[in-house]
Parts: sequence; structure tokens; C-alpha cells
Amino acid sequence: MGILDGKRILITGVITDASIAFSVARLAQEEGAEVVLTGFGRLSLVNRIAAKLPKPAPVIELDVTNPEHLAALEANVREHVDGIDGVVHSIAFGPQDALGGNFLNTPAESAKTAFEVSAFSYKSLAMAALPLFGERGGSIVGMDFDAQVAWPGYDWMGVAKAALEATNRYVARDLGAKGIRSNLISAGPVKTMAANSIPGFDRFEGVWDGRAPLGWDLTDAEPAARGVIALLSDWFPKTTGEVIHVDGGLHAIAV
Amino acid sequence: MATQEEILSGLAEIVNEVAGIDVEDVQLDKSFTEDLDVDSLTMVEVVVAAEDKFGVKIPDEEVKNLSTVGDAVSYIASHAG
Ligand SMILES: NC(=O)c1ccc[n+]([C@@H]2O[C@H](COP(=O)([O-])OP(=O)(O)OC[C@H]3O[C@@H](n4cnc5c(N)ncnc54)[C@H](O)[C@@H]3O)[C@@H](O)[C@H]2O)c1
Repeated sequence: MGILDGKRILITGVITDASIAFSVARLAQEEGAEVVLTGFGRLSLVNRIAAKLPKPAPVIELDVTNPEHLAALEANVREHVDGIDGVVHSIAFGPQDALGGNFLNTPAESAKTAFEVSAFSYKSLAMAALPLFGERGGSIVGMDFDAQVAWPGYDWMGVAKAALEATNRYVARDLGAKGIRSNLISAGPVKTMAANSIPGFDRFEGVWDGRAPLGWDLTDAEPAARGVIALLSDWFPKTTGEVIHVDGGLHAIAV
Repeated sequence: MATQEEILSGLAEIVNEVAGIDVEDVQLDKSFTEDLDVDSLTMVEVVVAAEDKFGVKIPDEEVKNLSTVGDAVSYIASHAG
């Protein structure tokens, strides 16, 4: 018996086996879910990574900024499952000049790209997946990095995450009537492709070591993924518009 | 246990399949990024495919050290099970 028995979950954001979405997909299968993945750009790589999951999972192409891909998502998913009970948004991108200490000189275009791919896309994905949810509704979960404070190097991605937190609240407001919950997991740092492309990411390492009451392992995506699984399950039935921290408790501690 | 030549030709097939580079161009002294124009995500895919083919685990921190085809061949030769 798993806590996702019988659930069908659409998961974006797998690119390597370090991806948070990969751990989510693995745990979802272990907890009884049927998983459908979406991949961006490197579909052959995503397919190779998908083959490392405990069970086979189909991969659908989805660039979350591409209206045609979004419009085709419902039909593409229906080739594999007849509906869904949950969606995982595990997508972020910031151009290099929007990251790494260039905050005051980042051109609007780059800041907009970070916003479009990392925040606006949460709404786009929710809407593209909406017709797949049944009468019982379901759960949408996104991945956040605490946007209440300024971080070294995170820059316009930090601004995009603040926008994601707000987008989550509005999606929760507008889809609540359909029984669809929308929540974010605010995770501590994990060494993934996305993280490695943030100049100065290594400066986070010491911060978590010293301050997180529960400690933190930068090479382990499983704690964050477990949070996602919990939100996809039936065990947060009246929680929506929420941000849950899975960060070893760091957000609660000043020094 | 695969010989150096077998590993090289197996790796060349992978690089060809993943990146569309001619098998003959994949030589021991060639740099993945400089000579073969392999970007970081393509390199990730080459590594994943090589892990499957040769039954090795190539950790992320090791991938940085594999700058030439020869580096990858020696790593696989000494770690393949
Ligand atoms: N790694 C961390 O430290 C950390 C911490 C907190 C939150 N997060 C968040 O977790 C999520 C997943 O990131 P990750 O760390 O697993 O890195 P990752 O590099 O493994 O995943 C990022 C994913 O975004 C996808 N993507 C980028 N542009 C896209 C587009 N236009 N359409 C569709 N997909 C696109 C990539 O293909 C990739 O799969 C992101 O939202 C990230 O901000 C990461």
C-alpha cells in the first residue's frame, strides 16, 4: 500500500537523475502512482533517465513557454492515461546575465525570461492540465526557493520565485472551486543541473551546515521530493495556496 | 573485460548516436568541448549512455575531469566491472 495508490501523476522537470523531479517520479511510483513525464528539449536524454525509474514512464515533449505544446498536452497525456490526479511543476530557468551578482545591470529581457519560464509557466501548466482533472479534483505542486529574503547570486531567479509564490496563491484561488489544490515546496539547495548553473551556488553550502536545525545534505533530493509526494497525496485535503518549507528548518532560524 | 580499442569504438558509437559526430572523429586525443563541440547536456547524455553500455558509474565530480576522449576511455577501462 502506498499513499499514491491509483493516482495518475504528470511530472515535469526531469533532465538528469539528480533532478528533484526524478526523485519525485521514483517515489511516486514506489507509492503506487502511475507516472507520465514531460521533457524539455533533450528528449533522448530524458528518455534515458526515465529508463532508470523503477517502472517505465512515457515521456511527452513540453516546452512550457510553447503554446502549441501546451495545447497538445491534454491529448498527448490521454494517449497514456485517461486523466490525472496531480501535476508537478519542477521547472526554472534564468539566463546567465540574470544570475550571479549582475542584479543591477540585468536587462529587462533576461528578467522577463526568468519570470516567464519559472513563474508564469506555473499558471500555463495548470491550465494546460486542467481538462485532465476529474470531478474529484487533485493537486498541483511546484518547486520554490525561499523568496522572502535576498540570496547571493540568485538575483532575478529570486524575483521569479517571489512571483511563483504569488502565482501559486492565485492558482489556488481560481481552481479551488474545482477541488484542485495548489501548493509549493520550498526546498533547501540540491546539486542539480539548474543549481550548478547559478554562479556562487557553492556559497550556500556552509549556510545550511551551520543553521539548519535538522541539518541538510546538498546531494540528496529525496527530502524535497517526499514533501511533494505528501502534497500530492490525500493527506493535505484542505491545504492550498501554501508554501511548505523542506529546508532542514533553516527559514525559521536567524543565525 | 573490454580492451581500450573496444571501449574507444563503443564510446565513438555513443558520441555518434547522441551528438551526430562522425565515428572516425572520435579519437583519444580529441577534447569533448574544444574539438567535438559537445556541450554540457550532451556530455551528460554521453555519460549516461556510457554508464549503461560499460556497466560503470561515472560520478558528476569525475565528469569534469574527462576533458578528452582518452580520459573517458581510461576512466571506463579502470572502473568497468
Ligand atoms: N536545486 C536546488 O537547489 C533547488 C532548490 C529549491 C528549488 N528548486 C527548484 O526545483 C525545480 C527543479 O530544479 P532542479 O534543481 O531539479 O534542476 P534541474 O536542472 O534538474 O531541473 C530544471 C528543469 O527545468 C526544465 N526546464 C527549463 N526550461 C524549461 C521549459 N521552457 N519548459 C519545460 N521545462 C523546462 C529543464 O528541462 C529541467 O528539467 C526548479 O523550479 C528549481 O528552481 C531547486
